[in-house]
This record gives sequence, C-alpha cells and structure tokens, in this order.
Amino acid sequence: MTPTTAPVPDTAKPILAVNNIEVIYDHVILVLKGVSLSVPRGGITAILGANGAGKTTTLKAISNLLHAERGEVTKGSILFEGQEVQSLSPNTLVRRGCIQVMEGRHCFGHLSVEDNLMTGAFTRKDGAAAIRDDLELVYQYFPRLRERRTSQAGYTSGGEQQMTAIGRALMSRPKMILLDEPSMGLAPQLVEEIFEIVKKLNDEQGVSFLLAEQNTNVALRYAKYGYILESGRVVLDGEAKALRENDDVKEFYLGVGGEGRKSFRDVKHYKRRKRWLA
Amino acid sequence: MESLHSIFVAPFADMFAAPDFFLQVVWEGLVSGVLYALIALGFVLIYKSSRIFNFAQGIMVVFAALTLVGLHERGVPALLAVPLTLVVMFFLAVAIERVVLRPLVNQPDIILFMATIGVTLFLIGLGETIFGGENKVMITSELGIPTGSWIMEPFGGFVSIEQKDVTAVVGAVILVVALLVFLNKSKMGRAIRALGDDHQAALSVGISLSTIWVLVWFIAGIIALATGIVWGARAGVSFALEVIALKALPVLMLGGLESVTGAIVGGLAIGILEKVFEIYWGQPLLGGNTEAWFAYMLALLVLLVRPQGLFGEKIIERV
Repeated sequence: MTPTTAPVPDTAKPILAVNNIEVIYDHVILVLKGVSLSVPRGGITAILGANGAGKTTTLKAISNLLHAERGEVTKGSILFEGQEVQSLSPNTLVRRGCIQVMEGRHCFGHLSVEDNLMTGAFTRKDGAAAIRDDLELVYQYFPRLRERRTSQAGYTSGGEQQMTAIGRALMSRPKMILLDEPSMGLAPQLVEEIFEIVKKLNDEQGVSFLLAEQNTNVALRYAKYGYILESGRVVLDGEAKALRENDDVKEFYLGVGGEGRKSFRDVKHYKRRKRWLA
Repeated sequence: MESLHSIFVAPFADMFAAPDFFLQVVWEGLVSGVLYALIALGFVLIYKSSRIFNFAQGIMVVFAALTLVGLHERGVPALLAVPLTLVVMFFLAVAIERVVLRPLVNQPDIILFMATIGVTLFLIGLGETIFGGENKVMITSELGIPTGSWIMEPFGGFVSIEQKDVTAVVGAVILVVALLVFLNKSKMGRAIRALGDDHQAALSVGISLSTIWVLVWFIAGIIALATGIVWGARAGVSFALEVIALKALPVLMLGGLESVTGAIVGGLAIGILEKVFEIYWGQPLLGGNTEAWFAYMLALLVLLVRPQGLFGEKIIERV
C-alpha cells in the first residue's frame, strides 16, 4: 500500500465473480433468488435497491459472514480472484484480501479508535513496522481519526465511526472492500466526504469496492457499474452513467419524474411499471 | 437501645480496642479475597470474549490442582509438574473449543451455559477416574512455597502472617498485572477485547473465533491452576473446592461481569467484608457462620442500586 503506485487494473479477469447464488436463512427463508454480478479489478461497483432487497445478504454471502446468522448459500458459486471461496472462513478470506465493512459501522465501542484500527491488522504477518506504516497511511486518509485516536470509539460521531470502520478494513491491506451502506445515518456532506475517500482509495491504492447503497444518487455518481436488486433478484444492471439516464431508475430510485410533473390524478392511479420484471 | 448499641457501637469499639486483631482479620479476609478475585477473573475473561457464563470455572480449579498433585504422586518432580499441568490445561481448552463451543456457536446463551455444566460434570468424572476421589494435600513445600509464618507486632499487639499467604497474594498480583498488560498491549489481547465488544465485527475483520476461544480458555486454565495451588495449600485439594466457584457469583455481581478491575476489587471487597462482618457482627450477634450468606446479601444490595455491578461496562448508546 504505497500512496502513489496503483496496480494496473487487469480488466480482463474480474476480481470477484458471483454466479447465480441462492441464499436461504434458517433453512426456510429464501432471500436471494439467483444473483449474479462481477466486480472488475480496481473497479467500484454498486449494488442498489430498497430495504430488504438482498444487498446486505449478497455482501455477507461473499464475505462468508452469513453463517453467523444461520444463512446458507445453497446454489451458485462465488469466485474471488478466480478461486472458489464458499468453504473459507472469514478469517482466511480477509487474509486473501477481501474484507467487509458492515452496515451500521460496528466499531468496537469500548476500544479506542486506534485500537479499533489495529484490530484490522489481526490477520497480518508482515511485522509491526509495516503495520505502523499503514496506520500512518490510514491517518493520512482520515486526518480526523488521528485527532480522536485515544477516544473510545463508542463515543465518536457517526461519521467518525464510519471512517474508523473503513480505516480498520484498510489495515488488513485488502484488495477488495465490501462496503455496506456507508451513507447510513450520515449527513449529506459527510456522505460526500466518505465517498470521496472511497474514490481516492480506489484511485491511489487500487482497492476494488463493492458497495451496497440505498442512496442511489450518490452511489451512481461514484461507482462505475451498478446492479439493481429487487426482492432477491438483479433486475437491472449497467454502467453507472447509463443507469443514471435510465427512465425507470430515475423514476423509482432517483425520485425524478419523467415528462414534467405528475398531476394528483396520475399519482392516484399510479401503478408501478416494472417492465423488467414482467 | 441495647441492640442498637451492639450493632452500631460495640463492633467499632472492639476494632479500636484491639487494632492488631483487626489487622489480622483484614489480612485473612484479604487472602480469601484474592482467591475470589482470581476465580472471578476466570469467569470475566470467558464471559467477555464469548458471552458464555462458564459454570465450569470452579471444577477447572479442582481439575488443575488434581492434575498437579496427581502428576507429582506419579513421580514427576514438582517443578516439572507445573508446566505439564499447563500443557494439560491447554489441551483441555482445545478440546472444549472443538467439542463444545464450535458446534454450539450462535446458539442462545443459555444453551452454552448448560454446555458448561456438562463440562463440569465431565471433568468431575474424569478427575475421579484418573486421580481418585479422595482428598489430597497440595505439594506446597515441593513447589518452593515457604510455609513458615511471620509475627509482626503493630500497636503493641501481634499479627501472624503465613508466608504462603504472602506468596499467594504476590503471585496473584503478578498474574493480574501480566494479564492486564496482555489484554491492553498485545494483538491477541486487543482481539479478545474486540470480540467482547462486537462479535460480528470481530469476525468481519478476520479475527479467528477458534483461536481466541482456545486462548481465552487456556488463560482461564492458567488462572485455575494458580487458584488451585493457593486454595489447595490452605484447604487441601478436594472436589469440595468446586463450590468456591459459587463464591465468584456475588463477586461478579458486585464487580460486573465484563470488568477485570471489577473482579479484582469485588473479590477483595467481599473477602475482607465477609471476614470483618463475621468476626465483629456475625459471631457475637447472629451466632456465626455468616460467611456462607454475607456475600450474596451484599451482591443483592448492590444489584438493587447498580444493576450492571460496580464496574460493569456502561452500555455505550448513541441517541
């Protein structure tokens, strides 16, 4: 992780490929009904969708945290860097360079911010000096964390906690970060700030991102590619720019009406035209 | 008036009349307090890192002490028997993780608690099968623990301090300091604390549950051995020792389940208070043997005022 040299993106082979996975919770609840997606090396890809669409489940299926919630991938395959990762523990996966930043930050509340960051280096074996260097690097990306390094993470602000969570993931020297709802509960200005840093990390460190977001507007501005999930299925995918221009996306996710304003009568008789689901 | 006087005045008058005796009482209390604190510490560590209330902590004390004495009986030199016992405790930790904890991961707390009762029963059986059920004498002098006593003469009276008690206190202090340094400064210690704070997040950053669990149960095993040696030196090694684990409960309620400091302060406080209460109030007023219930009463009172215990972790909640 040197600040200047980013690896040349090898676009030919995706860093992550999810093929038609199905996830069942508690042996009965079918949550994902065949989701496929891929993330190019060095890319930022967004999974978009409303509450309960299956964004978090998709990310957890990849990072193998599903098991802790009694979820199970029953069909399909997940390849990270060309290798099947289904049977690996989260620990091994982090070691290989794929780490998840969970929804709702999940900082270790009673640990100091710096201790939080250091836990991210748990799987590393390359010595204290290299870890120190990376800590310094995280502080460069998140100067605010340096000021709060000794405070208990539980008492820091939401934005600082999100930064701590991302910084903690960075400490594992990931090739890829699965970022779940980074905008949750943050002021618009902070959301912008967090996404700027994500973009910077992507440019400068070559970290690939797969992010799950409800904030379609912001996500599509920073991501290069997007998938839209509805009740456990991918209903639309495409280049971020194309998605931003798409009428349906505009109407359902960006809150921009089509031709002119709708009259009240239109709204009353409004029926969702999910063309792609028919 | 008479009874009020005997409750509120007479005991304190006695304390001032014979300060040397009072010191003796406090010292005795302190020594048992150290033991309570050690046992509570074993509970706290396991609870912090896995939210399991480890009912087996008491039997682990007995098992460790039995193994130590048993090995010595079979001709292993005392100083070699200690590391060997630690090896046994390590494999016990590995076995518990593999056989009990791993299959039960993500089950409700109460199931894990029941599983530790199972571990208790298993260890009782195993211990009796291998080492026999009769009482044994701790190999105190063989371990190089001095057995004499010092006589001190403060306030013109005299206080007798057994050297093995001093060794116990010093040993416990060293153990606790080492543990605190380990928890706060080392990578593994940080991971243990992280796991206690947020299980899921710990998993997500790649902290390996099984490694930490084995580690924590092994540390609990080390503490159990230390407790076993000290308690065994005072009262012999027998399965009756297991019940001192129950004494750890009021200590935990007093100190809080998640707090290392709480376990230590709670242990010392209960040890000293119950002794002082017994001597100055219990024996003259209540017919003695108050040590059997005093700690629980105290814990109950504390719970009424501070449900999380004196040092329990405040739940940090942002609104």
